[in-house]
Amino acid sequence: MRHIISLLMENESGALSRVSGLFSARGYNIESLTVAPTEDATLSRMTIVTRGSDDVIEQITKQLNKLIDIVKVQDLTDGSHIERELMLVKVRASGEMREELKRMADIFRGHILDVSDKTYTIELTGPGTKLDAFLAAIDPAAILETVRTGASGIGRGDRIMKI
Amino acid sequence: MADMELTGAEIVVRCLRDEGVRHIFGYPGGAVLNIYDEIYKQKDFQHILVRHEQAAVHAADAYARCTGQVGVALVTSGPGATNAVTGIATAYMDSIPMVVITGQVPTAAIGQDAFQEVDTVGITRPCVKHNFLVKDVKELASTIKKAFYIAATGRPGPVVVDVPKDVTQHKCAYAYPKSVTMRSYNPTSKGHAGQIKKAAQMLLEAKRPILYTGGGVVLGNAAEQVTELARLLGYPVTNTLMGLGGYPSPDPLFLGMLGMHGTIEANMAMQHCDVLLAVGARFDDRVVGNPKHFAKEAHRIIHIDVDPSSISKRVRVDVPIVGEVGQVLDEIIKLIKAGKEKPDQQALKAWWAQIELWRSQDCLKYDRSAPVIKPQFVVEKLYEVTGGDAYVTSDVGQHQMWAAQYYKFAKPRRWINSGGLGTMGFGLPAAMGVQKAHPDAVVACITGEGSIQMNIQELSTCKEFNLPLKIILLNNGYLGMVRQWQEFFYEERYAESYMTSLPDFVKLAEAYGHVGMTIEKPEDVEPALREAFGKYKDRLVFLNFLTDPRENVFPMIPAGKGLSEMILV
Repeated sequence: MRHIISLLMENESGALSRVSGLFSARGYNIESLTVAPTEDATLSRMTIVTRGSDDVIEQITKQLNKLIDIVKVQDLTDGSHIERELMLVKVRASGEMREELKRMADIFRGHILDVSDKTYTIELTGPGTKLDAFLAAIDPAAILETVRTGASGIGRGDRIMKI
Repeated sequence: MADMELTGAEIVVRCLRDEGVRHIFGYPGGAVLNIYDEIYKQKDFQHILVRHEQAAVHAADAYARCTGQVGVALVTSGPGATNAVTGIATAYMDSIPMVVITGQVPTAAIGQDAFQEVDTVGITRPCVKHNFLVKDVKELASTIKKAFYIAATGRPGPVVVDVPKDVTQHKCAYAYPKSVTMRSYNPTSKGHAGQIKKAAQMLLEAKRPILYTGGGVVLGNAAEQVTELARLLGYPVTNTLMGLGGYPSPDPLFLGMLGMHGTIEANMAMQHCDVLLAVGARFDDRVVGNPKHFAKEAHRIIHIDVDPSSISKRVRVDVPIVGEVGQVLDEIIKLIKAGKEKPDQQALKAWWAQIELWRSQDCLKYDRSAPVIKPQFVVEKLYEVTGGDAYVTSDVGQHQMWAAQYYKFAKPRRWINSGGLGTMGFGLPAAMGVQKAHPDAVVACITGEGSIQMNIQELSTCKEFNLPLKIILLNNGYLGMVRQWQEFFYEERYAESYMTSLPDFVKLAEAYGHVGMTIEKPEDVEPALREAFGKYKDRLVFLNFLTDPRENVFPMIPAGKGLSEMILV
């Protein structure tokens, strides 16, 4: 099953490699991983999307907790949560496609960030499935380049991860 | 104030002193010269100069294993650090508290492919509990304090502190922190009261109980509690390879070691129990074999461990208890003593009758009338001659298993071996560490002719520091365990497991300034041992026992099989 795991860790050099090293050494898979400092500059917040049986996910959270630099681990999938991903897509936008792509971007509530005579660069945010849906909805031949951040997640309501 | 400031090198030495370190094992080199210069000027601790960095780390590791204190090793950058890696990984796999200080090229040179530069933090990351690169002398003392704290608490393990050369030159005011608080590291020490109650109840209800205890009992100083609990209930006990000495082996409640080369009674009792109490053990592949075939009878498992990630990793457990094993066992004992309930004596009697039946197969028997020296016989005689009270280190292979099976360890911290990583070359440097920690103790290193050659250069260290070890070489001319697997599983194709051109070990020992003996006949085994431990008790004696080249370790469970699929003699 797909799990989205959030963690707070000391914002120190090498902390990221401890996490990625743990995943590769123990054969866990990483679908995506995002990381950046929090409002407290000494802490980084990481979101990892992974897949595994319940046993594997249990081991992943335990092994993450065992890393000395990690302050807190939460499996967001255990409760209700929000996740968002950002994607930038550069598409070929010429001729009659130009209008069509503008419409599609609007439908998906994307923003066109950059325009040239032949291209649009569209920004989209949403759950990964929405980004997938956008890519499926437009002509594959029009897609020139995509870049995605991977998911960031946060608990809903009073569910707060803080130290 | 400026004159009160110390250099980084002085700080390293002061930290070790303030941490109460009495011995460190190491090898100098460019990046650590400033530290060595300060070591030269002090008298608070002794530095033991080894002949290879791997040996320094093994010696520090064994020092920790036999004392419970944090072992300390010091090596230089680059090859010094890479040579130390095997030792670090060995300690990591067996959860040994150790601090390894590695030199590093100056901070400005890091990343420039400088002479003797290696990414030590990167290379050691997967085989340490934690590691640090100290980039500022102001953080040196607090980092070393943290290193000792992390190494020794929770599930222990090695910690590497990488110190660039310029940091050892820079100055700052020195104060060794009295304590450490880390928001990211707070190991659980006390077990959950509700779970402990459940465990006590489950133990009392057992009809076919067994206590399965591992290295965590030895490391957690909980041998006394295990012994008390087993005797209070009259329940059988088995130890893992790492757990030997956690329960007195000569005791009738003791079923011997379990696992791949465990006894029939231990393995069968594990397989057929209804309540299993696992303490400081981790159900690893050499212990339970294939987890799918493990303990098929409907049983319940209680697992006490200080490391939550050891619980339900390979085998699902019913009552997990995270906490220091000694504390948890104390609570369980208290509950059982306070209550009126007693175990079902009739069921227990029937269970013991079954166990005795398994035990009566005498699975550790071997041919005692053979005209050649049987390796098992040497270990038995060693046990007799040393009164069962020696510190025994071993290398890895058949000799290690025979040592584990036939030397009946009665106390914890007496059996020092590389269980997890299985590091050949561990035994001799480990024995050095033990002898340094216990100068008056009897220390024997049981080894093979393959293993001993992996760190043979340390005979020189032993001479320099007058370490009167007794090296018990079970020389069968083969890489015995490899040969055994080839005999069983590769139709006797003995690929590269036979060593021709072995050195003359007697001359070799003499060349290093020690006493050497070769023993060829069974009747000479005991007299040779008596001579070594008597007449030559103050010398290092290298006893080269020429043993039966075709002897195998029995019982044996082939890898990946279940516990009841044992190959017997």
